[in-house]
Amino acid sequence: MRLATLKPGSTATVTRVVGETAVAKRLMEMGVVPGVSVRVVKTAPLGDPIEISIRGSHMAIRKSEAEAIEVSE
Amino acid sequence: MTDDARRQSDEQLPASAGGSGRISAALAGNPNSGKTTLFNSLTGLRQKVANYPGVTVERKEGAWHAAGRSVSLIDLPGLYSLDAASPDERISRDVLTGSVQGTDRPDVVVAVVDATNLERHLYLVTQLAECGIPTVVAVTMMDLAESSQIGIDIQEMSRALGMPVVAVKAHIGEGLEALADAVVRAAEAKIAPRVLWGAEGEAADGDDRSSVKGRIFARYRFISEVFQKSVTHGGAPERVLTTRIDSVLTHRILGPLILVGVLLLLFQTIFSWASLPMDILDAGFGALGDWIRGRMDEGVLADLVVDGIISGVGGVLVFLPQILLMFMFISVLEDTGYMARAAFLLDRLMSRIGLHGKAFLPLISSFACAIPGIMATRTIENSRDRIATILIAPFMSCSARLPVYTLMIATFFADRYVLGFVSLGALMMLAMYGVGVLAAILAAYLLKKTMLRSEPSPFVMELPPYRMPKLRGVLQHMFTRASLFVKNAGTVILAISIVLWALTYFPRHEQVHSGDLSETAGAHRLEDSYAGRIGKTIEPVLEPLGFDWKIGVGLIASFAAREVFVSTMSIIYNVGGGADAESASLVQALRDEQRPDGSPTWTPLTAVTLMVFFVLAMQCMSTVAVVRRETNSWGWTGFLVLYMTGLAWVAAFVTYQGGKSLGY
Repeated sequence: MRLATLKPGSTATVTRVVGETAVAKRLMEMGVVPGVSVRVVKTAPLGDPIEISIRGSHMAIRKSEAEAIEVSE
Repeated sequence: MTDDARRQSDEQLPASAGGSGRISAALAGNPNSGKTTLFNSLTGLRQKVANYPGVTVERKEGAWHAAGRSVSLIDLPGLYSLDAASPDERISRDVLTGSVQGTDRPDVVVAVVDATNLERHLYLVTQLAECGIPTVVAVTMMDLAESSQIGIDIQEMSRALGMPVVAVKAHIGEGLEALADAVVRAAEAKIAPRVLWGAEGEAADGDDRSSVKGRIFARYRFISEVFQKSVTHGGAPERVLTTRIDSVLTHRILGPLILVGVLLLLFQTIFSWASLPMDILDAGFGALGDWIRGRMDEGVLADLVVDGIISGVGGVLVFLPQILLMFMFISVLEDTGYMARAAFLLDRLMSRIGLHGKAFLPLISSFACAIPGIMATRTIENSRDRIATILIAPFMSCSARLPVYTLMIATFFADRYVLGFVSLGALMMLAMYGVGVLAAILAAYLLKKTMLRSEPSPFVMELPPYRMPKLRGVLQHMFTRASLFVKNAGTVILAISIVLWALTYFPRHEQVHSGDLSETAGAHRLEDSYAGRIGKTIEPVLEPLGFDWKIGVGLIASFAAREVFVSTMSIIYNVGGGADAESASLVQALRDEQRPDGSPTWTPLTAVTLMVFFVLAMQCMSTVAVVRRETNSWGWTGFLVLYMTGLAWVAAFVTYQGGKSLGY
């Protein structure tokens, strides 16, 4: 499943970052690599972007970007 | 975690035994790594800021006296990676490979990493090591790590990384000597770090190990090993305070309300509180001019000094209160971490027109004045987003347009009401703001679809823990920006204002005018001047907009600052230069002014057309100078002037001709 579908508050493990786009690369560089645990913290008031927590640091990513992250619970 | 905060290395050599020559070093680190604080502690006020050739990236260099050696320290832009995806990353990579003109290849790199966020910050370290330059790792935020019960074994980390590692507390100066020793030693030893990852990188998802993603994975696998060997976590819960603050500041309802409050405060500050020191500066330069005039012989030289140079310098310095206050705000918002939250709240809105959430604050500020607004776009990391924001910021109706709107409204729309109680003047004013915002939205959309088209740039933005801003950092930021403005934009503004003065002043026919100080003489002199002649020359272009050459002179003169239009009109209509936008005599002069055929020059339609023109046209040399400085490109600057003024002409044409065909 994709990270974008996770509910705020839930945690999952990254299995894959899809695609060869600049976004996919940047996500991996920021530490979103297979095997790492990721938590969806909250959604912005207007519904996008979302806040995620990874390796102890928090990031805002757009939902379209979260589509590139494949996770398993 | 106290005494072992000393440099450690596999390849230790005795500390510089009589080494000589200057060492060049580069400081690299993620945004929010404490890099700027460290740079300021190491170099103090011995800093130089310029641009790298041909790009918008700023080059910061400082002098550092390290362990008896003089080190020239380059502060690279804040980076997450060296993969050349953005201009910042590209230029940093070029500096490290020694391929930037005017910048030596560094002898050593100081990699700044945040102790509370080691894994991600070590990623850049692995990439720096791959560049083959001796690297010293400086671990910052040690006190925060200690209070979060994160234990870091510096010696073990140094062994595992294969590089010297030093713990520093930059704001209290702890560890800086150890850092200096390590840097000098590494520069002299000239031993490149061993790359202990990469080759055996095996990607979990079957990606080729030689692929970009495979390499990233390999670096992180190595980092995990280093992390496990050298870091112990006491089990204290993470980000307690930050989470609590965020539960308010990014709350579904409270978050946007507080944001509106912050933006109002910012707006109030630069729109109205800055006006007190601005008025004082203005009056001061006026008094200085009078004082000097009283001590010089009457003539061209006195006029040049007073009306050209002194008022030009005053015209530059008058922006300083706004710029200082703007950057005080920005520093505090960035250093606390709130800027990222504001972008988080606003991104949905801005992404619709293809801009980053961080574009909102510069655009709002531009309603007060585009100068601090455009300078504030520096917070936008992606350079295409930044240029797009710069190119639309001047559409926001700034305070200098208000006197022009006020004059037009006072002349034709005062004391008229719609539905019996809504002031027509207020509606017109609101409509002008609306036209500017619409133009900005349209332009942003078109620019991002055409000239600034690119693969969607990653939004991915860190939400750092909240921190108290440091007074010294805030002050340094404010004064760096202010002095850059004076040095770079200021000289251009001064030069143009002298040219504009000369255009309205020359040619002089002394025998006709000398001593004749009547208002008619002023009008004649202006008509005779180069500005007057240019006004007449461009009259055919202005005629379809319903403007005559006198209005043309006003448009030229208002390039000095939009509000100058009002005083120019009062000179040209013989009511004296001192009239303000609501002066009854100026209003009457506008109503009485006739074309050669006897019809009135100014009708309500002309007034609306002129307002539309002022909303859209690039009528401000100071903005032009700042755009030149911030984009580091005459190409973008020229484009801005042409497309805005072109759009203004077309919109004014449509307004005037449309209005006329409707019978107005």
